[in-house]
Amino acid sequence: MSSLRSPLGRARGWGSTGEGSHHWWVMRLSSVAMVPLMLWLMFSLAALAGADHATVTAWLAFPLNTALMILAVATLFFHANMGLQVIIEDYVHHAGLKFATLIAVKFALILLAVTGIVAIFRIAFGS
Amino acid sequence: MPKHPRPLSPHLQVYRPQLTSVLSVFHRGTGGALSVASVILIYWLWAVSAGPQAYATAQGLLHSWFGVLVVVGISGSIFYHLCTGVRHLVWDTACGLDIRSVYRSGGIALFIALLLTLAFWFVALWSVGLIQSLWKGVLS
Repeated sequence: MSSLRSPLGRARGWGSTGEGSHHWWVMRLSSVAMVPLMLWLMFSLAALAGADHATVTAWLAFPLNTALMILAVATLFFHANMGLQVIIEDYVHHAGLKFATLIAVKFALILLAVTGIVAIFRIAFGS
Repeated sequence: MPKHPRPLSPHLQVYRPQLTSVLSVFHRGTGGALSVASVILIYWLWAVSAGPQAYATAQGLLHSWFGVLVVVGISGSIFYHLCTGVRHLVWDTACGLDIRSVYRSGGIALFIALLLTLAFWFVALWSVGLIQSLWKGVLS
């Protein structure tokens, strides 16, 4: 008895969750992106702590900052979704409640991310 | 009760805390807390986009004693999570997994997180002008 898995299951290599190593891999990929993005975000926000509205707007409207802020918000919420998913899967044991919590958290994070990106566009294009 | 009591898996309540387990628990804890705190970033971006009045309200909240306390928590958590996260990435290459290296990298992660947090607050207090006025106070 070398393996309990069927030959087809082993060939597909998706494991018990049906998604293989995809979750693991995108979590690492977003982690690597988060390191420079969050250092940039935190030290930029620190430098802007005493700035007035016009200064902050001008700073965010600068194309490089607009691009980095969109990337930071998108990556942050992608990474948060991955992380919260694992936490929920570990601690919510009721199958239905787990499913509902996962979906609710996902929707809430997408709503926040889109709100943030729309705000960045409004600042960048001044409408 | 079973005839032969089996060893318990490391439940947090009955397990002696060690640097390794405590750092691991805090990595997950800060990750969850920072996910919640991301609401504040979105609120701040929205306030900037909404105009000077909304921005002034946001700045007022962030510069209040409670706001500063929250930002202290966020800055400490994010730099901690970043450093222990890099430690996890190193482990994924199958490096530094023996007990000695794990304890050493844990110490290094804590130290760099502290340095980054202090640097963040130096920049923030400089931006607000507090460090300059403190410096003037020392000179005069």
